[in-house]
Amino acid sequence: MNAETGNPSAAAAVEVREVEKVFGPPTTGARALAGVSLNILDNEFFTLLGPSGCGKTTLLRIIAGFETVTSGRVFLFGDEIEDLPPNKRPVNTVFQQYALFPHMSVAENVAFGLHRLRHPKAEVAKRVDEALDLVQLGEFAARRPSQLSGGQQQRVALARALAPRPKVLLLDEPLSALDLKLRQAMRVELKSLQEETGITFIFVTHDQEEALTMSDRIAVMSRGEVQQIGTAHDIYDRPRNRFVADFIGETNLLDVTVENVDDGSVACRLQDGGLLQATPSGEAAAGTAGHVSIRPEQLVLVPPQEPALMQGVVDRLIYLGTDNQHLVQLADGSEIRVRTQAAQQAEKDFAPGDKVGIRVNPGTARLLVD
Amino acid sequence: MAGGVSSSGGHSVSSAYAAVRNWLLAPSWITIAIFMLGPVLLMAVYSFLTKEFRGGVLWEFSLASYDQFFFDRGLFGDEPPKLHWTYLAIYLRSFIQASVATLLCLAIGFPTAYFIATRPASTRMVWLFLITIPYWVNLLIRTVSMKFLIRDTGPINEWLISFGLLEAPIKMVNTDFAVQLGLFYSYLPFMVLPIYAAVERYDFALSEAAADLYADRWTTLWLVLLPAVRPGIIAGCILVFVPSLGAFLAPDLLGGAKNFMIGSLIEEQFKGAAGNWPFGAACAMVLLTMVLVAVFLYARQQAANARGGG
Amino acid sequence: MSTGIRKPARKIDLRRYPGFVHLAVFCMIILYAPLLIVAVYSFNASTSITLWGGFSLQWYEEVFFGLESAKFKDAAWNSFTIAISAAVVSTCFATSAALGMLRAGEFRGRPVSFALINLPLMVPEIVTAVATLIFFNWINFERGIGTILVAHIVFCIPFAYLPIAARLEGISGIYEQAALDLYATRWEAFRLVLLPLMAPGVLSGFLLAFIISLDDFIITNFVKGAGVETLPTAIFGAVKQGIKPNIMAISTLLLVLSFIFVTLSWLIGRMGTDSGRAAD
Repeated sequence: MNAETGNPSAAAAVEVREVEKVFGPPTTGARALAGVSLNILDNEFFTLLGPSGCGKTTLLRIIAGFETVTSGRVFLFGDEIEDLPPNKRPVNTVFQQYALFPHMSVAENVAFGLHRLRHPKAEVAKRVDEALDLVQLGEFAARRPSQLSGGQQQRVALARALAPRPKVLLLDEPLSALDLKLRQAMRVELKSLQEETGITFIFVTHDQEEALTMSDRIAVMSRGEVQQIGTAHDIYDRPRNRFVADFIGETNLLDVTVENVDDGSVACRLQDGGLLQATPSGEAAAGTAGHVSIRPEQLVLVPPQEPALMQGVVDRLIYLGTDNQHLVQLADGSEIRVRTQAAQQAEKDFAPGDKVGIRVNPGTARLLVD
Repeated sequence: MAGGVSSSGGHSVSSAYAAVRNWLLAPSWITIAIFMLGPVLLMAVYSFLTKEFRGGVLWEFSLASYDQFFFDRGLFGDEPPKLHWTYLAIYLRSFIQASVATLLCLAIGFPTAYFIATRPASTRMVWLFLITIPYWVNLLIRTVSMKFLIRDTGPINEWLISFGLLEAPIKMVNTDFAVQLGLFYSYLPFMVLPIYAAVERYDFALSEAAADLYADRWTTLWLVLLPAVRPGIIAGCILVFVPSLGAFLAPDLLGGAKNFMIGSLIEEQFKGAAGNWPFGAACAMVLLTMVLVAVFLYARQQAANARGGG
Repeated sequence: MSTGIRKPARKIDLRRYPGFVHLAVFCMIILYAPLLIVAVYSFNASTSITLWGGFSLQWYEEVFFGLESAKFKDAAWNSFTIAISAAVVSTCFATSAALGMLRAGEFRGRPVSFALINLPLMVPEIVTAVATLIFFNWINFERGIGTILVAHIVFCIPFAYLPIAARLEGISGIYEQAALDLYATRWEAFRLVLLPLMAPGVLSGFLLAFIISLDDFIITNFVKGAGVETLPTAIFGAVKQGIKPNIMAISTLLLVLSFIFVTLSWLIGRMGTDSGRAAD
């Protein structure tokens, strides 16, 4: 076999290749996925992250088998699966609203997949117990789903999807229905569950904090395309384009002109004349226009008489608990957000109306060439 | 596009049923088409056939039935045609009776439905339960019960006389009043249930907003609540009006021979040798047309509502 | 004083309209007075219908053992066999139709299909009766139990369809997806997941179809053959001779039966909303 026809990559648990999905008529319908390719590795916690309507759930449903592809191919551990119905795929899903069968007990829910796979009764009973123990719900086996709290239902959904020991577990925004505290606890639990079971997790969310805390790798999606794939550090510190920089965390985007390119570092001229060193996200050519992204926490406010990159006036000070956020108005009218840690820098806070200088921590500015 | 275009549908759950959709629908389609749609069309054909004396039909085209219905040509059929009021009057009376019954049901049914829908959840269920029971009780039995209650020697008259309030019984059976009461009583639950459903979905924040903007409670009712629950009201009116128009039991048992309505007129035509099947079919066609016009207007209204609601 | 505080609070209850409660009570009196009075008089010992002569079960005895008991027993037997058969068949048809209408995706013929299924609700009963009589007469089909049954199945279909479709609409497709995801075949997803979830709707549909069939007078009166009676036609025939006490006893029995049915269907509905709530 040769590489030209596209052998699936052996290392990938799931390989998605050039997948397009159009809902409705092929020419006029809504394009949910516009040629997505990605490899998800075995034993990886992989997250599809993006705003609603970006195609992440459609991609997950294609892997699960609930949607067909318009074109493109999907491989599971090297086997092509896009024509297999969902019940023939060794993949299980944790649904957003859990979809626990309301007319069955917790144990019956968890046993459902095992029975369908024709496991012997004793084996089913053993595996149900194991799965419920795994999510610490052993004592609730006889209850109905409606008698459980949201968090407990969530665990049952997990146990039910894990019990058949799928090769890949798909999770469709499973934490979105939980309240904040529970959500935070479940993040830790999900990650350790993944490490414990060694199953590949594909996790869909629109919540970047969720994505950053749990994932081995993240695919940021927008408008049916993958914008960037990388670790949490990659996408936060080295965003590939404006969308990723803007979507992940908070950032300041400044219009610049590229002055001078020098091996891995680019000198950028700001609107008001200041010169800033930034790492480029791709090929940058001198003389072109672009944007520099700087995270608010990488900016430092100094008194106006000290040397600084930019000058401005504090417009507003917002107290955020752990942080203070200064909104600083620049001479050209644009606004910059600067974040300082409340506990350490209380004495350095400036009040609205104060003139300030703004410095950038070296090595933290990123030039986005798109 | 790069790869092959896969067939639409695929593995989604709905496609499993979509593949056998016609098989799923066929039993109902066929049953209703053969034993309902077919007979109605056949009835339409019959209304254009010639009467045979022993109660059947001759397969000869004739407009005699409709002619008999609408026009009077004198005893020997040789006078110039003029409108024939005997049958039109029956239809007109039925139409008026059904309209009045609908308005009465609305007048009593709307407050009742509203009252039930605004009860706290626990008592609301009891009220709803009480409204539902008559809907499930045999209509014949309910009509007979009403007749028993209001007839000359019935409990109402007997009690009033025994208390000395009356000298002689009030005549209620075999009057228009009795028919009206019977229709009202028969179809009242049909009015209450759809209006209840509409009021239950109504967002009372709208009433609060109206009150906040200086509307008093009756203005709010008229300008905010009624427009919001109008689909329920219209549904209720249709559900009362249509069966009232073709009602048979209430006019027959409570109205007697003098207060003939459409139902009895049609029934007469199919009884024994005196019957006239083509004429009966024509009468039924006229009734069906009236009802379908009402249903059509309702459907158009609903469609307009759906469009207006986005 | 708590009442002193409460009274003004009631005045600003925007939901309350004065007089509505009285109309609601009036509504209940109108609906129930005739039924309850007939029920009471069915236990009257006096032969004069209206005067109260003490409590007695004699009219019930007459219903079961009297001169006309054979006639009413036959009629009751006919009514119940027809109602059960018509309800079973129409519920099966309606369940299948509901799946085709609501679970098989969009299709062009849906409005026409919907209109066809609900046609028996739109056509006045008397018109259906006439049309069915003409039809059976035209195909030379001998009138009897068979013709009544066919006619009943037809008009029971939409009545069974309504609660089944309402229930099915409320069941998210996600349960079947979850079943497929857990290796169920489509048949298993239907049998083990969808069918149990829609069961309350199917049962309500069955009960409604049963009671509607049991109630029908007009259509039955037209399509029944000579000498074949159902309970309503038998009662109607008897009432034409005057309201006798045994009719009141039968009415009361049927009233109790209806009451049992509503209660049953109510409890089933409750069961439905409980699992439906979890389904949301």
